[in-house]
Amino acid sequence: MEGKDEKISTASTGTGGAERTFKIVGTRPIRHDGIDKVTGRARYGADVSLPGMLHGKVLRSPHAHARILGIDVSRAAALPGVKAIVTGADMPPVKSKTEQSGEGTTNPRHLSDNVLAKEKVLYTGHAVAAVAAASPHVAEEALALIEVRYEVLPPVLDVRAAMRPDAPILHAGLRTQGLEPASDAQTNTASVVRFERGDLAAAFAKADVVVEREFDTAMVHQGYIEPHNAVAQVNADGQATVWVSTQGPFEVRHFCAEILAMPLSQIRVVPAEIGGGFGGKTTIYLEPLAIMLARKAGRPVKLVMSRAEVLRATGPTSGSHIRLKMGATNDGKIVAADATLAYEAGAFPGSPVWAGAMCLLAPYDIETLRIEGFDVVVNRPKTAAYRAPGASNAAFAAESVVDELAAKLGIDPIELRRRNGAREGTPTPAGPRHKRIGLLEVLDAAQAAPHAAAPLGVPGSATAAHDGSGANGAASVKRRGRGFAVGFWFNAGLQSSATIAINPDGTASLVTGSPDIGGTRTSCAMIAAEELGISVDHVRPSVADTDSVGHTDVTGGSRVTMATGLAVYEAAQDVKRQLCRRAATLWKIAPEQVSFADGHTVAAGGEHPPLSLAALGAKLSRTGGPVVGRATVNAQRATGAAFAATMVDVEVDLETGKVDILRCTTIQDAGRAIHPAYVEGQMQGGTAQGIGWALNEEYVYDPEGNLLNAGFLDYRMPVALDLPMIDTVIVEVPNPGHPYGVRGVGEVSIVPPPGAVANAIAAATGVRMTELPISPPRLLAALHAAGVHATAAAR
Amino acid sequence: MSKKTHVSLTLNGEATEFLCEPRQTLLEVLRDELDLTGSKEGCATGDCGACSVLLDGHVVCACLVLAVETDARSVTTIEGLADGDKLHPLQTAFLEHAALQCGICTPGFLVAAKALLDRNPDPSEYEVRYELAGNLCRCTGYDKIVRAVLAAAATMRDAAPRVRTGTTGT
Repeated sequence: MEGKDEKISTASTGTGGAERTFKIVGTRPIRHDGIDKVTGRARYGADVSLPGMLHGKVLRSPHAHARILGIDVSRAAALPGVKAIVTGADMPPVKSKTEQSGEGTTNPRHLSDNVLAKEKVLYTGHAVAAVAAASPHVAEEALALIEVRYEVLPPVLDVRAAMRPDAPILHAGLRTQGLEPASDAQTNTASVVRFERGDLAAAFAKADVVVEREFDTAMVHQGYIEPHNAVAQVNADGQATVWVSTQGPFEVRHFCAEILAMPLSQIRVVPAEIGGGFGGKTTIYLEPLAIMLARKAGRPVKLVMSRAEVLRATGPTSGSHIRLKMGATNDGKIVAADATLAYEAGAFPGSPVWAGAMCLLAPYDIETLRIEGFDVVVNRPKTAAYRAPGASNAAFAAESVVDELAAKLGIDPIELRRRNGAREGTPTPAGPRHKRIGLLEVLDAAQAAPHAAAPLGVPGSATAAHDGSGANGAASVKRRGRGFAVGFWFNAGLQSSATIAINPDGTASLVTGSPDIGGTRTSCAMIAAEELGISVDHVRPSVADTDSVGHTDVTGGSRVTMATGLAVYEAAQDVKRQLCRRAATLWKIAPEQVSFADGHTVAAGGEHPPLSLAALGAKLSRTGGPVVGRATVNAQRATGAAFAATMVDVEVDLETGKVDILRCTTIQDAGRAIHPAYVEGQMQGGTAQGIGWALNEEYVYDPEGNLLNAGFLDYRMPVALDLPMIDTVIVEVPNPGHPYGVRGVGEVSIVPPPGAVANAIAAATGVRMTELPISPPRLLAALHAAGVHATAAAR
Repeated sequence: MSKKTHVSLTLNGEATEFLCEPRQTLLEVLRDELDLTGSKEGCATGDCGACSVLLDGHVVCACLVLAVETDARSVTTIEGLADGDKLHPLQTAFLEHAALQCGICTPGFLVAAKALLDRNPDPSEYEVRYELAGNLCRCTGYDKIVRAVLAAAATMRDAAPRVRTGTTGT
């Protein structure tokens, strides 16, 4: 069993806690919610059950593009056991506008139209009605009795077709934003983003080597194992409570209030445990339906999606078409880049193409460039955020082209990246300069990793994770190769709140508003424990509902340990200030003569023995009452961007086109790893998703727009047998904007794998794959087209 | 709605009875009728393994078993894995190795891994990956899960009597 997990610290001249010695940060305590999660006691959204609860189901469009002519629910309503039915006509009108939310933008009109279609359905699976009944089976029977009359329209299913002048139009009123000069023409292109600097023609003229390629990537789903769910209860006074597995309880409250025209104070959102999100649970689908049905029925209503509904109507992230041309001089300097990105937004505007455009070349210092991005609507589900949204598509293109440049220049691929690597002060493609970043340290760590020096091994031989047999064990039909790629992600800041209450025995209770998906309760508790000088077991962390904690933005953007952690850090400072005042009262000295160190209040001059948190806790009632520390932060200025690299060895079976992952190492700058095991977990999980994206995952539609693989059997995510151990190297280049140097670790590891896998396949076979996923049929066809045959390999 | 059927079985070691419709799956009855919500529904088509339970000692997807089929049989769910307050070594290993993130797949993995170790107390990494390939995890990349299962196997071998009578093993 391979197992190389390393941690490399780099001292920084800045702050970021580089000079500090930690007691708890950097250790690996067992998570506070662990026992609940290994015993089946943890309550996820679908586990919530209320007295008198009804069960809801959603009727979904069988057409990819159609006008709704009429909906007749009378037969369904007459079915015994049916208690409420809602359609788009039950929803209040909502103004169209663009507002910032989480890592992207949202238009409440589009949100409302996605929750329940009004005039048109825009993808197969688009919700048109919802039913609440005594049992899920009765609700399902009722769906079959709802009659919807459609005028079926021609669909447009992929980004290139949607951009053609004669393409069917999804939204009659859509005009391209960002176009100069503005156009009043009907279009499927919702917006254009453009970054440009320098004289492109002149820069390419200076290049000795130019590589130009076009790339296509398939639409993929986040693939969380827990389907979307919502339980709502609405009282006679209009007060609503929603229990839901979500990354953003405050976003759920905000979106529901907006599209149902309710005041925020009338909605309480209780975050249940959440079974994965990866960005896909930062928006709403079922929540408003549950509220409307519960209000109509006068009873609580629970809605849970099937897996097919999840795949047909939630997520996914954009399929894309990217053209990229890069030029370099013989000494290995990249001098020019020209890129065009077109991303599928799904049925409504808002793909992450802006992020793709900003991330595409962010790892490189390139003086002259032009990047243009198009956000394009198609008759597919509205895309949602997916782990470093938009960046993986872009990096697949950039890292493939950089790899080809390296080969043409005869320069080691890591070395070429180092020569052109961005560092502090390098302008990003969008203009603003990089702050302190750790790309070069990541490259150093990659070159020093045991993987870099390990031989590829004999094709067809066994490894720990593979028995080596495959379709047949003949080495002659297998080829091995190693690939490398890097990736960039901004990491989000956004807002967080936290409170810390000191208990009479000196333990603490910590409350935040960040749903815990990967152990952030514990990473936040570690920060509180570090500051208060108590054991992490003496901090009880909980995730509160929207009435019980201040506004807290999504668990997303790699932000919880960084931003909510910052709120926890600040709340702990507040606690310490209050404790010092309490000790001063007890000691009858001035507050400024008291300091806090190692879990004790300490009097200047040592005239009083230090008081432990436990000793002081017992005296709080006599010195003014309970101590509760609180903090709210907007962490935008505290953010630290992240870089990751993936090194991967593959074995290609020339007879079948199947690619096995033999060895994989992910190297990532965490800034500071609060809980290294959870940092490794994020790195490994993102890498696995990136490998699935590279090799197998894709939405497959027929020409009518029916999703042909709406299940886990055919939407093929990696299983344990598809992967080896994923070695990790945590690099720590502290983020000067954060007191501990934390950058955030959740997302960036998904960015490099598609490029790394494609580069490894190119190294193994000499064939450059420009289309994702590199599934066996696609690779086999490309190998054959290039004349790479199994027989030819058996020299 | 059809007439309900009476089912009596051994559930997590205890004699249990319930009434169910013939169309109800074991998963639906466990979760909605018996309040055993530890088994999760990820797909309802037998592809994700989140609802893995033991039926007479064999791993099955509870979403693919009709509840009426369990009459006079033995079912073990995640709720039956620990011995009171004493966690099963697999549960301890999952915690110590940080083998879960969101935790939704964890009950299914633990049940499937128990079945594996009951049958094969000393699996190789490849065997663990092969046997657990019916359980999807989207968070971990499986690395820490595989390590936890291997570690639990070692713990259980150390704790077991020196002379084993099992015939499986590797």
